[in-house]
Amino acid sequence: MPIAVAPAPTPAARWRNIGLQALIAGLLLALLWWLIDATATNMRERGIRSGFDFLLEPAGFGIGESLLPFDSTDSVLWALAAGLANTLRVALPAILISTLFGTLVGLGRLSPNLLLRKLCGAYVEALRNVPLLLQLLAWYFIVTDLLPAASEALQLAPHVFLSKSGLSLPWLGGDGGLLNLPQRGAMNISGGAAMTPEYLALLLGLSFYTAAYVAETVRAGIAAVPRGQSEAALALGLTRLQNFRLVLLPQALRGIIPPLTNQHLSLTKNASLAVAIGYPELVSVANTTLNQTGRAAECIALIMAVYLILSLLTAWLSAWLERRSGRWADRS
Amino acid sequence: MRLPTIALTLLLFAHAPAHAGKTLDQVRQKAQLACGVSTGVIGFSAADSQGRWNGMDVDICRAIAAAVLNDPGKVKYVPLNAQQRFTALQSGEIDLLSRNTTWTLTRDASLGLHFTAVTYYDGQGFLVPKKLKITGAKQLKNAEICVQSGTTTEKNLGDWFKAQGIKVKPVVFEKFEASIKAFFSGRCQAYTTDASALAFIRSKEAPNPDDYVVLPELISKEPLGPVVRRGDDEWFAIVKWVIFALIEAEEYGITQANLEQMKSSPDPAIQRLLGGAEDSGKLLGLERDWAARAVKAVGNYGEIFQRNVGKDSPLKLPRGANALWNKGGLLYAPPVR
Ligand SMILES: N[C@@H](CCC(=O)N[C@@H](CS)C(=O)NCC(=O)O)C(=O)O
Repeated sequence: MPIAVAPAPTPAARWRNIGLQALIAGLLLALLWWLIDATATNMRERGIRSGFDFLLEPAGFGIGESLLPFDSTDSVLWALAAGLANTLRVALPAILISTLFGTLVGLGRLSPNLLLRKLCGAYVEALRNVPLLLQLLAWYFIVTDLLPAASEALQLAPHVFLSKSGLSLPWLGGDGGLLNLPQRGAMNISGGAAMTPEYLALLLGLSFYTAAYVAETVRAGIAAVPRGQSEAALALGLTRLQNFRLVLLPQALRGIIPPLTNQHLSLTKNASLAVAIGYPELVSVANTTLNQTGRAAECIALIMAVYLILSLLTAWLSAWLERRSGRWADRS
Repeated sequence: MRLPTIALTLLLFAHAPAHAGKTLDQVRQKAQLACGVSTGVIGFSAADSQGRWNGMDVDICRAIAAAVLNDPGKVKYVPLNAQQRFTALQSGEIDLLSRNTTWTLTRDASLGLHFTAVTYYDGQGFLVPKKLKITGAKQLKNAEICVQSGTTTEKNLGDWFKAQGIKVKPVVFEKFEASIKAFFSGRCQAYTTDASALAFIRSKEAPNPDDYVVLPELISKEPLGPVVRRGDDEWFAIVKWVIFALIEAEEYGITQANLEQMKSSPDPAIQRLLGGAEDSGKLLGLERDWAARAVKAVGNYGEIFQRNVGKDSPLKLPRGANALWNKGGLLYAPPVR
């Protein structure tokens, strides 16, 4: 594809540009500094303790489910790390599911089959127009209401149980040797790895909600490729599938990837709604920390920093993917 | 706390400096006391179907409004969940936090706040379904326990089971409602919070109260009381002394009903408390009948207790540790003298 190239700026214009940008950056930094300084001063005046020393103190609270081994005597920092690990534990699979499922729905909306098109359209409208928080609560209370009590867990296979405590599976490691098997206890199921109802509700809720946005992104991306492209490809004797794979998709991807990565990022941020349904992800753990230590500003700054880093990583990944898909498109 | 609120909180800390010594003036100027309460814990602070607030914590707000503004109705109730409460007070959104809040060292010494007095001596307990046949907290090995975040409850849970060498799994919810809903849907084998609130949760929220029991042991001390901002000693003193006056009134047998007769009592202590012979209000920056107004509005401490959580209420909690010091309890107010 031809690329429009802007005329090179004159040296004077370039310097003006650099100067302007430096000025804006300087102003922003000054504003940030003022904000931090005013906050610190105000907190001191009001007798509110501050500092990051609490990070190395023992957490003192438990975390119900954690990918990283965690005990209440571990440090606050480790508790936050466990929270971040839990965020990723739900966000990454949800990104995968929402992308696959959303793509199918998006393609369905372009299908020649009327029923399929309408169904997919209805899905997108319904899921996008109900607030995610409500969807999560609905998923959560459906999951917990439907499943049998933990004392009457369903056994799906040897050592696989399903109950209000979630889905318990055998897992590696643990207290007693190589394999850690879930066991029926007096009250509930213990041992093994559990996908709790909180986790399942969050995974399903995030995946299906984001899938609706992914579907729209995919549909729009494909619809944006000029009709002539397909017509030409078909005229050249390509099959419909070949047309899709070799002509449509490479061009559509350029329009799809940037908004798609945005969706992935929103998904990761939306995972913080887990505080409503009891899944201990980063924001939930940070909230608990904030309340136990009283270091509100610090905890909030930490959450912001972590999400900023996640955003930057995603943006970087997106740019990389775009370059790659660009190359792919140019090659084919 | 969600992401957008986070940015707001930061801005909040960055805005204006503390207004030292101005709370009384502001309350008088607005002719309204902004009181932080819970979103609904019957017996302590809960709104009824007409939107009227009731409970012990609410009565403290009313007593203070009566003493300061001469009208117990001039209160704006601000419902706050466990996490929001301290920020609301720090930022000046409320003048007083009267919301089943436990006095601890970390809170008292690092949040820029002062605990004023203890209005209810509580302890943390457990609510369990009867069918699990659990009789003591030590049998909760491996149990999943529903709890609300932003509470002392969450940390006590960690501490106590650590000390017992028992592993449990907390399931932590931001909102009170979601936490009890999850418990009653059977998600957890136990629910934990202050024992006083457990009594309300069992009798008012359970589908069938008889299917649940409150375990006998308490695993912590939870002295609950109102909180004010630091840096305003005048206001701090007012809140403290209105509470002490309510307790003293019980000691002297002054009730809502006999208040007028008591005003002509020959006892100098009663004269002093009710602003007869001596003007005790002057020292606090209040009118001389400040304490009489408070008692007139809500009754003495004993009346507040019985009406909201004691024998005249559905909760029927015993006075226990919340009886007067000379009746076997812990309530002991410094003398109004
Ligand atoms: N006393 C404890 C617990 C107080 C607390 O927040 N309890 C919960 C559970 S009963 C509550 O009142 N929730 C009502 C709400 O969030 O509005 C504390 O100060 O941390």
